[in-house]
Amino acid sequence: MATVSEVLIAIFIVFGGVFGLVGSYGLLKLRETMQRLHGPTKATTLGIGCVLIASMLFFFLIKGNLSIHELLITLFLFLTAPITANFIAKTFIIRNLSKDTLPESRSDYGWSVYDDPPTLTEE
Amino acid sequence: MIRRLIPHPFLSIALTLVWLGLVNKVTPGNVLLGAILGWVVPMVTAPYWPNRPTLRRPMVAIRYVLVVLWDIVVANVQVALMIAFKRNEDFRSHWVVVPLELTSPEAITVLAGTITMTPGTLSAMLSADARSILVHCLHTEDLEGTVAEIKRRYEQPLKEVFE
Amino acid sequence: MITAALYFAFACFGLGLLICMWRLLVGPDSADRILALDTMVINVIALLVLYGILEGTAMYFEAALLVAMVGFVSTVAYCRFVLRGDIIE
Repeated sequence: MATVSEVLIAIFIVFGGVFGLVGSYGLLKLRETMQRLHGPTKATTLGIGCVLIASMLFFFLIKGNLSIHELLITLFLFLTAPITANFIAKTFIIRNLSKDTLPESRSDYGWSVYDDPPTLTEE
Repeated sequence: MIRRLIPHPFLSIALTLVWLGLVNKVTPGNVLLGAILGWVVPMVTAPYWPNRPTLRRPMVAIRYVLVVLWDIVVANVQVALMIAFKRNEDFRSHWVVVPLELTSPEAITVLAGTITMTPGTLSAMLSADARSILVHCLHTEDLEGTVAEIKRRYEQPLKEVFE
Repeated sequence: MITAALYFAFACFGLGLLICMWRLLVGPDSADRILALDTMVINVIALLVLYGILEGTAMYFEAALLVAMVGFVSTVAYCRFVLRGDIIE
């Protein structure tokens, strides 16, 4: 059965490489900074997920020892990718956009970068 | 008393599992060491975590995690195809505003993370009173539909779980 | 077969690193540069894991995990610096 597992692992590795490349290619191709943010947060995360699954399969099917390390890296990346994306988006907004270019927030207060939050004693 | 000894049961379990993952071997000694870490660390850091989030309806939570995982895969393939084959002029990127019904900070954090990881959307900012969230769409024709989709698919289950 | 797939993936992620490098040099905004650095970190993690598969050793996972953590912290620190002009308030 070595060949079947080898094919499976190879497929995951190739998919990982393709998704990783497409995510980085997004950086090159897209024109606006906010559009570029989409590439690395999504395509690259799936690419690395595929690579890590391939690594788990490799150590399990061919080396014969179960390895759960990779799940930790995947989990860590899935938890941190939204946070970094959010931070970069805020950085971009505060440096390049003004209050008028963003849509109105549908609440009593404006966006948190420009407006102060209501004080806690009011609640 | 129990509350003081084990302030965050879920955090304790998570820490034990992470420890087992880090050493990469499940032996009784490792389980014991992980359990001790999972017991001591939340106790020492308890002052920094004053309120304990309530988790209700675990079945809904599990279903939510599975739905999000599936959506992450679909989203990634969609975005990758868009980046690879769509011409730059054809992109219709928009800001959309999603009004929030959730109030607990944990629920809003999870929702923001989910929005970023799923199809073509990226959460950028909260309003100052945390009643609405600013989302950037990579490509959408139907703004109201996107908002309705986010509210129905992700906010509704989170509301059941956290509130 | 796995070796061939590995070399293909090495080429992909290496090319990705070059693209990030270009974006890092060109900018035009500091947000773009931070994003390029963050993507570089992700590509490097993938390269480390792939190299671990090629060598057949689990040694590189610790390195990959550390790179992931350092990358996250540095990205947040950069953003914080640009946002507030200070990292620890």
